[in-house]
Amino acid sequence: MLAAELLVAQNVGFYLIAAIMVVGALRVVTSNNVVHAALWLVVVLAGAAAQYVLLAAEFVAITQVMVYIGAVMVLFLFGTMLTRARIGAETDLNNKNWMLGIPVAVLMLATMVIALNDGFGNEQLPLNAAPVDTKTISDQIFGAYLLPFWALSFVLLAAVIGAIVLARKD
Amino acid sequence: MLLNQFLILGAVLFCIGVYGVIARRNAVLVLMSIELILNSVNINLLAFSLRNGSADGHTFALYVIAVAAAEVGVGLAMVLLMYRNRRSIALDELAEMKG
Repeated sequence: MLAAELLVAQNVGFYLIAAIMVVGALRVVTSNNVVHAALWLVVVLAGAAAQYVLLAAEFVAITQVMVYIGAVMVLFLFGTMLTRARIGAETDLNNKNWMLGIPVAVLMLATMVIALNDGFGNEQLPLNAAPVDTKTISDQIFGAYLLPFWALSFVLLAAVIGAIVLARKD
Repeated sequence: MLLNQFLILGAVLFCIGVYGVIARRNAVLVLMSIELILNSVNINLLAFSLRNGSADGHTFALYVIAVAAAEVGVGLAMVLLMYRNRRSIALDELAEMKG
């Protein structure tokens, strides 16, 4: 492999961000404090946005920051605030048989890693790929994928009405 | 960069999310684990989009983000309703939801 194809800076960045993301995700599922879990989820989502930039997807990365970190996390913190009497560590956040999740996750991960190594082994991503610009994405949304876009707008409408109906007091 | 490193990162995040869905009892934490799963799907979509040199994966990653936002909205409304009726959001106490 040529030295120019190694992309040292990108690889170092990838593994650094990936390590932070995995630690953050593990803290999300093991933390004893709901607010801390939500804040670790912010770390994971920001790391995912950074990986999207590495994958030449700037528009999706910006959307990730605005929608997830801006809106969804505020929703989670509001949900935590409205459903819990006190802010602090709790002891009963896990199921009684939570140990069952460990073998399931490990087996699934082993299966996927073996299958991915088998299928994509040492395949390189294309070098010097131009970033996908927003014009191309909008041409696709309002061209080839217009029908899913309509379906999605109905999903959002139904979600808004459903959330109002569910959360209304009467 | 290898394609596989992004796919394996997605697989690791997916499995951590599945563990969270199985192990957690608090409904808000289960919703957070579902967010982890949806994010790993997005990483895979964008990695294959770069590999194939097309923008289809970007379009569907945006659709997945929109569906995730709708899901969190409805899910948290359900959690609020559950809390208002039962003063608890523990999922294993919802025995009357069994068929």
